[in-house]
Amino acid sequence: MITLNKEIIVIKKEQDVVFFRNRVNEYAEKIKMGLLNKTKLLTAASELVRNMLIYAKEGKVICEIVTISALQTGIRLTFIDNGPGIADIDKAMTDGYTTGKSLGLGLPGAKRLVNIFDLKSVKGKGTTVSITKWKNG
Amino acid sequence: MEKIPILKMGGYLLVTIQVDLYDRLALNLESDLVNMINKHSSKGVLIDISAVNIVDSFMGRILGNIAQMSKILDAHTVVVGMQPAVAITLIELGLPLSGVHTALNVEKGMVLLQEKLLGDDTVITDDTDDNT
Repeated sequence: MITLNKEIIVIKKEQDVVFFRNRVNEYAEKIKMGLLNKTKLLTAASELVRNMLIYAKEGKVICEIVTISALQTGIRLTFIDNGPGIADIDKAMTDGYTTGKSLGLGLPGAKRLVNIFDLKSVKGKGTTVSITKWKNG
Repeated sequence: MEKIPILKMGGYLLVTIQVDLYDRLALNLESDLVNMINKHSSKGVLIDISAVNIVDSFMGRILGNIAQMSKILDAHTVVVGMQPAVAITLIELGLPLSGVHTALNVEKGMVLLQEKLLGDDTVITDDTDDNT
């Protein structure tokens, strides 16, 4: 996978989320991603950025336009925080499981909405979630 | 502080969400609406989300909460104008929004609300008929 464009957005407060979503929207429009795929990407991003704010208080997101061939480009978002980490990743990926007050749909829901989903977490150190959505597919 | 305006029209409350929702704003809308229903004894709430590009699990939960809270306060809620891409995304996310009445546009939403209110009235008259 080759990165064509890269930007780091720091998330510290709720209003940063609006700015972040608008940025992702701009990137999606830049590569002419379709409306449905864009909506799915933005929704997944919204879930993950909220998780970051709730559980880690702050973090950063690396936004990249990536490509694997002349035909396939997409957007990769990597959410990095130094929060408490996830104790049981299998459980966290189950629909309806939450340690907070939410519906427990954030992580498994986000995974269903994107093409590539990669979650790494070390308890006490932090969590890194990377999602990729292709322009077509 | 940003605020989503709530318009009172007769027995109805109308809300058109035209801005990017973030969590605090959605929570404020929830409490403002419940207060307005109580203050004006409103019987119906119409929420237009045609300008909303994304509804994630939090926003979905807030919409469900508003519907349930207004129900307890004897008011019906109809969410109108959801974009097709938002509907598809919500289902894939795993949030079927059960318990929330929906309509395609404001006009159809108002008709639905009026039908619901008429339905309520019929139930009341039926009850008295049974008792006599």
